[in-house]
Amino acid sequence: MTNPAPSPAIEFHNVSYRLSNGHELLRNLNLEVQPGETLVLLGRSGSGKTTTLKLINQLLTPTEGDVLVNARSTRAWDAIRLRRSIGYAIQEVGLFPHFTVARNIGLVPQIEAWPAARIQRRVEELMQLAGLDSQLASRYPRELSGGQRQRVGVARALAADPPILLMDEPFGALDPITRAELQREFRSLQSRLKKTVVFVTHDLREALLLGTRIALMESGHLVTVLPSGEFVHSPDPLVADYVDAFDSEISRGRKRAQP
Amino acid sequence: MNVWQFMLQNHTEVLELTLEHLWLVGVSTILAVLIGIPLGILIARWPALNKPVLGGANIIQTIPSLALFGFLLPAPWIGARADRLAILALLLYALLPLIRNTYTGIKGVDPAVVEAGRGMGMTTRQLLWQVQLPLALGVIIAGVRVAVVISVGLATIAAAIGAGGLGEYIFRGLAMVNDSVILAGAIPAAVLALLADVSLGWLEKRLSPR
Repeated sequence: MTNPAPSPAIEFHNVSYRLSNGHELLRNLNLEVQPGETLVLLGRSGSGKTTTLKLINQLLTPTEGDVLVNARSTRAWDAIRLRRSIGYAIQEVGLFPHFTVARNIGLVPQIEAWPAARIQRRVEELMQLAGLDSQLASRYPRELSGGQRQRVGVARALAADPPILLMDEPFGALDPITRAELQREFRSLQSRLKKTVVFVTHDLREALLLGTRIALMESGHLVTVLPSGEFVHSPDPLVADYVDAFDSEISRGRKRAQP
Repeated sequence: MNVWQFMLQNHTEVLELTLEHLWLVGVSTILAVLIGIPLGILIARWPALNKPVLGGANIIQTIPSLALFGFLLPAPWIGARADRLAILALLLYALLPLIRNTYTGIKGVDPAVVEAGRGMGMTTRQLLWQVQLPLALGVIIAGVRVAVVISVGLATIAAAIGAGGLGEYIFRGLAMVNDSVILAGAIPAAVLALLADVSLGWLEKRLSPR
């Protein structure tokens, strides 16, 4: 006897999203995200990655079709409840500048009205998990380095232990070395936590490193979804273009480095 | 008799008029804050109200102050006492900077920060009290500062309708053609305005998110 396949954590059914001026940002998207996987939405600026992400936690509502989270349409969810059950990490600007690190991390527990002692315990735990020195707890975001701010962002998204995590280019603003360090840590964190992650990036290397599967998007369309191991070998011309663009960038850099 | 001798000789009266002046400015400012800041929040939330509210406050600002005191004279409970009248007029003038700065302050909060808050499941009220208002506070205090400095100056005119304050000396001095008496009203008023400006400026700096 086999177990029935687990139902997807997130499903897109024929989802389109249009602005009120008629401009279409997303057309007829069909996509499933399985529990525990990291799905990377890959694509250039304006391809609809971030729009797709915001449809999941109802920052945007589809103009057509349905987005299901835990088999329930986001229209049927109470938006506040839905968002508190989904972790959300964006580029560093998302931290509250007037909150200390500890208050930033403890935000969702605080609005969920956890007792203060429990919030404090949770914040300490998360700071350790995210590799933040406990002395930083009383600092403000502007007093941190870019890498530290990003760790705070990830810790904040994990605070209420949400089963789903949405990440919008969380490491985008970092220098390459810090970025690589955070990517490695995030990967090992994810292998332990087994969250369902939807990760937006335009960086192919990041996608290959972190993704279970990669969804390539292009001007509001989903081009294809592939396991990350098969992505670079895909015969799809659009995928090949994207891979080539990165390849030539790398080899050009190498050539220039050689005397 | 020069102004300093005059002020020394009449120091109890100078003090009395200064306190009266402060009272007019203080009460009108507190009332204006209680009305203006919520109005600013309101129009930040519902943009449709933006034009009528700011337009109304703008129109009030264009009415010459002496005329406004006159317009309000026939008002029922208000018109019965000169100080009530003066407070209402000062309140109306203070509204514009308060409404406008509250609105600008809230609108000036980084949209990415607000969206992050929404994305984490903050309610509209939590966003307002925990994010938008604290981050707009510096700009709002700047509005209070402008309102207070304007009020201190305008309140001198309240003496024209018998509401007291340091304007008493100014009008009396004008009638007597006596510079010392005019200055006995003008100097303390200027000092009040400066003190209010400096202390609220300090507060503004302290409360602005760095």
